[in-house]
Amino acid sequence: MIKNILNLGDSSIYYDFGEQINKETNKKVISFFYSLKKANLEEIINLTPSYNKLIVSFDLKKTNFTELKKKIEDIKTSNIDEQKNKKIEIPICCDEEFFLDKERLIKKLKLSAEEILEKYLNKSYFCYMTGFVAGMPFLGDISKELRTDRLKTPRVKVPEGSVGITEQFSNIYTFESPGGWNIIGKTPYKIFNSNNKANPVLINPGDNVHFFPISKNEFLKLDEK
Amino acid sequence: MKSNFFEVLRPGINSTFQDLGRENFYHIGLPFSGAMDNRNYLLSNTLVNNKYEAAIEFAYQGPLLKYYGKSTVIAVSGDVNFSITKKDKKLINGECYKNYVLENEDELDIISTNKSVYGYLSVSGGFVLEKILNSYSTFSRAKIGPFKGEKLFVNQKILINKTSDFKTQKKIKYVNTKIEYIRIIKATNFDFFSKKAVENFLNKEFIVTKLTDRMGMRIKGPIIENIKEKNIRSEGIVKGTIQIPPDGDPIIMLSDHGTIGGYPKIGVVISADYDKLVQLVPNTKIKFKLVNLPEAEKIYEIYRLETDNLINQIK
Repeated sequence: MIKNILNLGDSSIYYDFGEQINKETNKKVISFFYSLKKANLEEIINLTPSYNKLIVSFDLKKTNFTELKKKIEDIKTSNIDEQKNKKIEIPICCDEEFFLDKERLIKKLKLSAEEILEKYLNKSYFCYMTGFVAGMPFLGDISKELRTDRLKTPRVKVPEGSVGITEQFSNIYTFESPGGWNIIGKTPYKIFNSNNKANPVLINPGDNVHFFPISKNEFLKLDEK
Repeated sequence: MKSNFFEVLRPGINSTFQDLGRENFYHIGLPFSGAMDNRNYLLSNTLVNNKYEAAIEFAYQGPLLKYYGKSTVIAVSGDVNFSITKKDKKLINGECYKNYVLENEDELDIISTNKSVYGYLSVSGGFVLEKILNSYSTFSRAKIGPFKGEKLFVNQKILINKTSDFKTQKKIKYVNTKIEYIRIIKATNFDFFSKKAVENFLNKEFIVTKLTDRMGMRIKGPIIENIKEKNIRSEGIVKGTIQIPPDGDPIIMLSDHGTIGGYPKIGVVISADYDKLVQLVPNTKIKFKLVNLPEAEKIYEIYRLETDNLINQIK
């Protein structure tokens, strides 16, 4: 399961789950993440799951690498509770105005706009991790026929709510930020909301996400931003 | 009852509320944030009898504040030029690491930091602020923190929790010494770089560039040549991580860093040197020195004891 345990600096433990990037590896990472979260050790100050790694940051005033590593060995990892991981329906508007990379994708993928959307919308996606900027979900895997590289020159500003694809993944820009993913639409939902104290982020690692198409009019009615 | 508050006449370049930071939100993409220079944050608070109240952190040029209300006590930490103009126009030159009484209509002008970046202002009893996700820290990029995550702004009114009647003058002698080396520990991709690159990294000088803020510090020196892979699968990063992007110029991740990154990591700055690192102004020359984990832990223990000693001296 865990292939290697290293220190990252003097106050983090780096758990490496191997080179394979797939759902199976990631589920192990997420199970471990939720088990540690549940254990609620006061010396742990952050947990960062990603495709195939988990980083545990701790308070060096309270413990150290060797001590905490040992303590964590005794924590039983339970598999992700399928109940706990939600299925989330997210509206997306793929109107001309929001489908920013329509022409580029048609050319690159050699598919029509309708075919691209159909292939994208008929699947649900697993959330591998959340982060980079607050609340951004890394979703996968998209259909093999939709896989392409990033824009050569990233956009300086990708509008908040934009939904992008690159390689085997899809994401949602939770804040206006620079970015190089191919944009296919926009959601009116606010994915990250710091006013929601209990759960500021709509999509968590391990969740399943499905996008359903809406019209421009519906988009304007639902727009939370 | 009349309220007691500061009015912001000039916000300064990058003034924000900060505390010890925001724990346990890396997994949703929120950085730790918090005071960049932890020791100085603790010292300004201790000088006004606070523990972990939010302080105003400023960079380079600080705010100009006018105080209204019953007398209260403030302190400034760091290496900072500041003055207090009394109601009768009498000017007092401020000294860091010493507390001052502010009276109605006094003006506190935090003019600038000296050859350093950050300084801290604490008021006894703290400011009236809302905690966002368990912290007073401001992460301005995602607009998270008190006052909707904004930096200080002109005409802002900042209420204080209570006026303080403690009359003890508190003072401490403390000099922010410059650091000779930034000590680092090898990171997980140390072997991605050529022998020559590692040699350069550990022996040559680097210069802090202007592309430095609360998120990260870009430094320039010899190009660090990657002989393995220029990108890795995105994974978590921590404060102090030194990433090498494809152009070969190192970036050191600071308190507001993105939580996930895809560039190889050559090293991580040890916790004990972080406060000193963030105070380095652009054009400062720095060198790195490699230490191992037990050494880093020992150095941190000394740093922690020193900080505790300073705090106890004030108390």
